[in-house]
Amino acid sequence: MVELAIGIILGCCALGAGMAMIAGIGPGIGEGTAVASACEAIGRQPECRSTVTTTMLMGCAVAETTGLYALVIAILLIFVAPGRFVNILLENISNLG
Amino acid sequence: MKSEERSFRIVDALLLLMMIIPFLCGIALHVMFKPSSDDIEIAGALIFFTIKMPFQDLPITESQVNSWLVIIAVFFLCLFLTHGLSATKPTRRQHLAEMAIELAENLVHSNMGDYFSGFVPFVAAIMVLSVFSSLLTLIGLYPPTSDFNVVAGWALLVFILITYYKMKCGPVHYLKSFGDPVPFLAPLNIISEVATPISMAFRHYGNVLSGSVISVLVAAGLQGLTKLALGRIEGFIGEFPFFQIGIPAILSIYFDLFSGCLQAFIFAMLTMLYIATGFPEDDYKEKMKKKKMKLQKEN
Repeated sequence: MVELAIGIILGCCALGAGMAMIAGIGPGIGEGTAVASACEAIGRQPECRSTVTTTMLMGCAVAETTGLYALVIAILLIFVAPGRFVNILLENISNLG
Repeated sequence: MKSEERSFRIVDALLLLMMIIPFLCGIALHVMFKPSSDDIEIAGALIFFTIKMPFQDLPITESQVNSWLVIIAVFFLCLFLTHGLSATKPTRRQHLAEMAIELAENLVHSNMGDYFSGFVPFVAAIMVLSVFSSLLTLIGLYPPTSDFNVVAGWALLVFILITYYKMKCGPVHYLKSFGDPVPFLAPLNIISEVATPISMAFRHYGNVLSGSVISVLVAAGLQGLTKLALGRIEGFIGEFPFFQIGIPAILSIYFDLFSGCLQAFIFAMLTMLYIATGFPEDDYKEKMKKKKMKLQKEN
C-alpha cells in the first residue's frame, strides 16, 4: 500500500509540474507579438533600431515573468515537493502504527 | 627608469594572477568536494559546512563561496584596469576602462536622469557581478545566480532603495501613493509593491536555472540517443558519446552567454527604472522649494 501511495504522490507531482508549464503559452504569444511589433517599427524607422531593440528586450523580460512563475512552481513540484509529501506520509503512517 | 618599468610589470603580473586565482580556487573546491556521478544530476548548491547560529543554522554553500570568488576577481580586474593611469599617455587598458565607465554613465543618465548620477557605481557593480556570476558556468562552476537566495538578496537591496526614494517626500506622501488613483485599489497597489522584488529575483534566477536544467537534460538525452544508435557496435565506437560533441555547445552559447548577459542587463535596467519611476521628482522639488522659502522667511 505504501508503495502505491508513494507512486501516486510522485506521479501527481510530475503531472502537476507538466500542467504548470502550460502557462508557457502566454509569454510565448506575448513575446512573439512584442517582437513582431518591434520588427515593424524597425522596418518603418531603421534609425531607431537600438532604442527599439532595448525596449523590446525589456518588455520581453517583463512579459516572461508569468512563465517563470510557472517554471518555479514546476521546479518546486519536481525537486522539493515529492520528498516533503513522502515524508509527511511516512510520518502519518508511523504515528498510526 | 628601467627599474620602475620592471616593478610596474611585476605589479601587473601579480594583479592578473590574483584575478585568475579565485577561479582556480573555485575549480579546486568543486573538484574536491563535489561527489562524482554518471547519472543526470540536477541539484542545488553544494553545502560545504554549516555554522551553528542561535535561531537558524547558517549553511555555507557553493553559491556563497563562488560569489565571493567573483567579487575578489572583479576587484582585482578593476585594479588591473586602473593600474598606471595617465592623462598624457593613455594605455590600451585605460581606454577600455574609460569606455566601460562612459557606457555605464550614459546608461544611467539616459534612464534615470541627472538627479541619480550617483547611481553609476551601484548599477555597474550589479551588472558586472551578475554577468561574471552567470558566466561561471563556462568554466564548469556552479553559477551563484541560479541560487534563489543570492538573487533574492540583490532584489531585497533594490527594494530597500526603491522604498527609500519613494519615502523622500515623507512617509505620509508614501502612504498616500498607495491610494492612487482611487483608495479602493490600495490592496492591489500593496501587492504590486511586494511583487516587485519577488518578480525581479524570480526572473533572474529562473532564466539562469532553466538554462542549466535544459542543458543537462539535452546532454543526457544525447547520451541516450548515441547509445540507441551506436550502442550495438562493440568497442570504442559503441561507448563514445558522439552526439554529445558540439551540440550542447550551441545551446550553451544561448543559455550561458546570451541569456546570462541579457539577464544582467535586464536586472540593472529594471533596478534603474523602478528607482527612477518610484521617485516623485516634481513633488520633491516643490517640497525643497517650500523649505527654502521657509528658511528665507525665518531669516
